[in-house]
Amino acid sequence: MSRNSGSAGTSRREILAAGAGALALILARPARATPESMAAAIKAFVGEAEVREGRVTLEIPPLVENGNSVPLTVKVDSPMTAQDYVKRIAVFNERNPQPNVALFYLNPRAGQALVSTRIRLGDSQNIVAIAQLSDGTFWSDKAELIVTLPACVES
Amino acid sequence: MARALINVPAKAKRGEIIEIKALISHPMETGYRTGPDGALVPRDIINRFICTYNGVEIFSADLFPAIAANPFFSFTTTATESGRIAFRWIDDRGQAHLETAEIAVE
Amino acid sequence: MRRALTGVVLAAGFGGALGLCISLALAQSPPSEHKSGFEFISPESQATQQDDFSNPGMLWVAEGEALWSAQAGASGRSCAGCHGDAAVSMKGVAARYPVYFAESGQPIDLQSRINVCRKVNQKAAPFPLESRELLALSAFIGKQSRGMPITTGEDKRLEPFRARGQELYEQRQGQLNFSCANCHDDNWGKRLASSVIPQSHPTGYPLYRLEWQSMGSLQRRLRNCMVGVRAEPYPYGSQEYVELELFLMTRAKGMPLETPAVRP
Ligand code: HEC
Ligand code: HEC
Repeated sequence: MSRNSGSAGTSRREILAAGAGALALILARPARATPESMAAAIKAFVGEAEVREGRVTLEIPPLVENGNSVPLTVKVDSPMTAQDYVKRIAVFNERNPQPNVALFYLNPRAGQALVSTRIRLGDSQNIVAIAQLSDGTFWSDKAELIVTLPACVES
Repeated sequence: MARALINVPAKAKRGEIIEIKALISHPMETGYRTGPDGALVPRDIINRFICTYNGVEIFSADLFPAIAANPFFSFTTTATESGRIAFRWIDDRGQAHLETAEIAVE
Repeated sequence: MRRALTGVVLAAGFGGALGLCISLALAQSPPSEHKSGFEFISPESQATQQDDFSNPGMLWVAEGEALWSAQAGASGRSCAGCHGDAAVSMKGVAARYPVYFAESGQPIDLQSRINVCRKVNQKAAPFPLESRELLALSAFIGKQSRGMPITTGEDKRLEPFRARGQELYEQRQGQLNFSCANCHDDNWGKRLASSVIPQSHPTGYPLYRLEWQSMGSLQRRLRNCMVGVRAEPYPYGSQEYVELELFLMTRAKGMPLETPAVRP
């Protein structure tokens, strides 16, 4: 489930239509996370459990103005009662040097499972949020992002 | 270590779900960036954030270099009783920054 | 002086990391209607600017507030010791800078004016330009005028300096041979990489730029634009920057101040 990918695609077309003849990114950086290292980090979080799509909503603007600070909100559909609540929410990325972004610990007192922060994204990539519920199940959502770079930056 | 801004409503009704915001100044140096001399700038991030309500943890986070500089969080809690909401950010050197806010619950 | 940039290809290598080609087509109409840079940023960045508990610039404002009442220098006096409550004494001040400074016979911007008080009144070492402290104090003073209309340029003695600022604004420069006006008057509203070219109204300085991951002054912003067209930037504090600031602020007359703004 990749709700954002449709609008992200639109944004890419808009940029091209706006006259960017070519947009080449050659960013030198140390070893970076890969889809494989993200998979490994997810495995470390969920163990052998199955991760199902649904219940989690990952909100990130489809077109990122600056990868240095990207607003991110995770919502989980949960009553947040003592019997049925979200225990942890982990956020992973594919292409930063490290696959982990943040791990949030919640409890029923939160009243609702809703967390926002701002993250860094060095490149266009997939972001995954996985919630662990009190019954031991894991639920996820994914967003595909296009990161562009601003004009007139310092050298 | 830093300057922080927190937003907790001063008053709330018992049982009301309130939004809490916390912002702190910190470069969140990733450890992957090279400085002007070409050498890697050592990692220096806030790696842990904890919020307690009258001493009981209501929210916490483990943080990685992918959290943006000047970290911002918002989350919710249920207003249960009057008292103190405390915030603690801990960096790689083990230094902590503390902030507190009072809430009146009726 | 409105030029169409039809087919012009701007190829700039920023920091050796990014190769970017863009063609700016068709000239835009000149800014008859003033639009703040705020109108060209994403709804998320707008929301960040408008929420004082989410806007990182407020961290500098808070630091400036602490510096305002801290004693410093051989005088042992704080800013507050002479100026009292900034909400009263500094209200509207940032909205009319740069001003004519009789002592030097030249315009002076807010940061340098603060440093005059550091030196002369507090008898302390002036803060380096772009230092955290100076940005914090400027942000704190700027915020006292938030929402107030810009009134810069009413002093007639400023006119020759403003005119020189306008010349600098209209003069082509850099390896790419662009003037500020080529982008900000003729092509505002168009995309350049991920940015929309704004009209370059300096309504929010000092401001928090996501690219900097920090607060910065208008001079730092102008420096970025100069580097962007591969021109040699002026040194911080130079007369050219102050004249450009004066021209831009006069051009933005009547627009509300937004300090501390947020930009990508
Ligand atoms: C090649 C086009 C281009 C040229 C030439 C250029 N700029 Fe810019 N300028 C931009 C873009 C694009 C932005 C917005 C960048 C961003 O926010 O990422 C900008 C931003 C600005 C801003 C910030 C406005 C705000 O809302 O805070 C100011 C002020 C400014 N420019 C002034 C100037 C001046 C003065 C010059 C000439 C010395 C100049 N620019 C030359 C493209 C240009
Ligand atoms: C010993 C007293 C004294 C101290 C301490 C002092 N100032 Fe001043 N300041 C003055 C006087 C006098 C003026 C000139 C007032 C005028 O021109 O009307 C002035 C002018 C200013 C102005 C220009 C106001 C305008 O209307 O243009 C600013 C800004 C300012 N001070 C900021 C500061 C800051 C920031 C500090 C602390 C770092 C500070 N001052 C410390 C006495 C002081």
